Amino acid sequence: MNSLPRIRLEKRLDTPRWLGVATPVFSVLAALLVIAVIFGLLGVNPLVAYARIFTGAFGSLYGLSETVTKAIPLMLAGAGLAVAFRARVYNIGAEGQLLIGAVCATGVALFVPGVPDGLRLPAMFVAGALGGALWAMVPAVLKARLRIDEVLTSLMTVYIASELVNYLVYGPWKGLYESGFPYSDKFPPAAQIPRIGITRIHYPTLILALLAAVLAYFLVRRTRWGFEIRVTGENPEAARYAGMNYLRTAMLVMALSGALAGIAGVGEVAGIHYRLRYPQGISPGYGFTAIIVAWLARLNPLGVILTALLIGGLLVGGDAIQLAMGLPSATVYLFNGMILLFVLGGDLFTRYQIRIELPGRAVATPVRLEREEVG
Amino acid sequence: MPDMSVPAVEMRGIVKRFPGVLANDHVDLTVRAGEIHALLGENGAGKTTLMNILYGIYHPDEGEIFVKGQRAHIRSPRDAIRLGIGMVHQQFRLVPSHTVAENVVLGLPGNFFFPERAARERLQEFARRYGLHVDPDARIWQLSAGEQQRVEIIKALYRGADILILDEPTSMLTPREIEELMATVRRMADDGQTVIFITHKLDEVFAVSDRVTVLRQGKVVATLETARTDKRELARLMVGRDVLFRLEKRPVAIGPTVLEVQNLHVRSDRGLPAVRGVSFSLAAGEILGIAGVAGNGQRELAEALAGLRPVEKGRVLLNGEDVTNRPPRALVRRGVCYVPGERLVGTVPNLSVAENLILKTYDQAPVCRGIFLDSRAIASHADALIEQYAVATPSRETPLKLLSGGNIQRAILARETSGAPGLLIAAHPTSGLDVGATEYIRQVLLSQREKGTAVLLVSEDLEEILQLSDRVAVMYNGEIMGILPADRADLETIGMMMAGIHRTEPEVA
Repeated sequence: MNSLPRIRLEKRLDTPRWLGVATPVFSVLAALLVIAVIFGLLGVNPLVAYARIFTGAFGSLYGLSETVTKAIPLMLAGAGLAVAFRARVYNIGAEGQLLIGAVCATGVALFVPGVPDGLRLPAMFVAGALGGALWAMVPAVLKARLRIDEVLTSLMTVYIASELVNYLVYGPWKGLYESGFPYSDKFPPAAQIPRIGITRIHYPTLILALLAAVLAYFLVRRTRWGFEIRVTGENPEAARYAGMNYLRTAMLVMALSGALAGIAGVGEVAGIHYRLRYPQGISPGYGFTAIIVAWLARLNPLGVILTALLIGGLLVGGDAIQLAMGLPSATVYLFNGMILLFVLGGDLFTRYQIRIELPGRAVATPVRLEREEVG
Repeated sequence: MPDMSVPAVEMRGIVKRFPGVLANDHVDLTVRAGEIHALLGENGAGKTTLMNILYGIYHPDEGEIFVKGQRAHIRSPRDAIRLGIGMVHQQFRLVPSHTVAENVVLGLPGNFFFPERAARERLQEFARRYGLHVDPDARIWQLSAGEQQRVEIIKALYRGADILILDEPTSMLTPREIEELMATVRRMADDGQTVIFITHKLDEVFAVSDRVTVLRQGKVVATLETARTDKRELARLMVGRDVLFRLEKRPVAIGPTVLEVQNLHVRSDRGLPAVRGVSFSLAAGEILGIAGVAGNGQRELAEALAGLRPVEKGRVLLNGEDVTNRPPRALVRRGVCYVPGERLVGTVPNLSVAENLILKTYDQAPVCRGIFLDSRAIASHADALIEQYAVATPSRETPLKLLSGGNIQRAILARETSGAPGLLIAAHPTSGLDVGATEYIRQVLLSQREKGTAVLLVSEDLEEILQLSDRVAVMYNGEIMGILPADRADLETIGMMMAGIHRTEPEVA
């Protein structure tokens, strides 16, 4: 007879609502626990490090404002990706769509004459959204016409977009007044998004981001397109059976997530830098980090508002400890990677429940989960 | 030989709760050594749950289990296997790209090298003793469902099982394979093996079992000697009331022609000709039954008519309008409804009952206004259909996957027939359903006929075809062998046509 307790997984019939919230929270905590061990191995006291991260991100007005600033692109791209992933269309190329949005905004800011000042910024946002959407159409059309997997192609379009930005800032768009830096010229004031006070929060983009998350939520829950997205994601065969047009749905969510990522790109160049710069100077991987933001929100666009702020805070706090504690710059990527790993892994608990069996007892003890589901 | 005086299995007072469901309610079950014990009940009666408990997949909330007279704590399938219990699930658990021999040995302890000789010898022995013939070198994906099932049985025997649980073993098999399985089960019992046979089909109880235990709503209703009972009694015990084996089919005035199919050619998934020159017509208020062994082009025919599969050649006329190769949406709008043979095709298991009920009308009023879905209209639509079609569900917000097979089929039928369809295509509408649900579904089809719907019924169940149809068409090898009026269709003639032997001139429709 085996005398050790056994741990078993049993498939859940139903996922209670609270678990949908508890799982990401515990996933993040678990990721932080593992990172704490790594900090320990690096000779850094993890408690001190976490305290630093927290105060760095949320402990001062400056930190808070930076957190919000970084949450803006994450929220925009994340809301779009949450919708696309719902339809099981895996757009991994938000980073590229963001860069193309930045390019389009720059084009309108610097090279389109005759736009009235009041319309300059709206035109830039529209151009950025269109550019991002069109860029996302590349993998979408390849998928629709040739059945090429969108994961690979959307990822590859990131590198093309990145090289395009490089070409522009080293080549034709290289600024006359930037003394050799790979920057475009500075945007005229009418092409600069206003900020709140001395912070870098370009609030019109923030409003757009909040609006995007709310609208995306209503799109998914309350419209017939959202119904098509959900059915397509859950059971593509049933979608076909119901007469839904899979390719149209796939194109729609690709275009939507591309447009929102493009708007994020507009915000970065017109709200932060006031110029097109080399790709890493525009976005430290917001488009990729937005994937984590979307999953952490369990693909709920409203949840993206929270998770974007959380991950934004992590980026700011990560920067703070790099400087203060002499940690390598890869630290932030470590956070991102660990959190994504644990969030995806944590999904297991929404589909299974754990039972621990003590030796010598015939009846197993369910771990407090079952009773609460009844009713 | 086992000791026949001690029961092979004794389960006492087994209770198993699932969220919102009492799956097993103080179940007592005694299975004698060396007998074939049928476990009979409707879908959702708790048969599979009970056997999953015996096999260690689930754990009872209460109750105790004795195997061969010993109190047993079965905490995993491994414990069950150690006690000599084997289980063949409805869905096979084999590695498709591996050979039969590899699958049989897979996961056994103590084999670092592949035990080639030993495996072969024992496979031969099982073939000789029980008729479990299967090529040890064949790869699983090359095998038919019946052969794969044999591999599963061999796997259990190889691990020393002398108590074998078969969970609805005939659901995937052809009639011939069913006969072979029954013979194998008999030979195993004669050899001293104990077999527990889960089923909801009355015929199978009488074909194979020594005793039968009937479960209803998680409780044992009776345990009987099979020889001392009859179909009617078992059906009543199983359903809890008398079952109509004869449905009343009222005469209906045949209306105008709804569907006309002319020289239709359709290809299968693999690109081979599956429907080859099929022509027929179907009128309002008429049920045309398409009989035939599965795989003779029925699925492709139904899918082509529903717009889900391209028509290669030929024409489909709906109320006189050419709708050949129109998309599914266009056909839905014209009143074509389709109950697909596989329930998964027609449902989204993770969405709620209410959402599944609007799967085809989600973009039409009153459910949809502009681009917005009206949640109140969705709710009242769901409540009305749930009541009208007596779908047993805790609520309209319950995910569809939590419903039993019969209730899922009720929901599909509710969705497809509530909007007064002009043409209803029903493929295997009662396959896998229990007696009660089957009876209900057939009544719905008949009432549709009375309402003037043209019904195309594709079924492998000849009894069903004969009971419901006004005319019977038999498909063989992609062609219609003949169309007979129901009163001239008898089992023998149809059987011959299904085998491709007999052919009548298609009547003028």
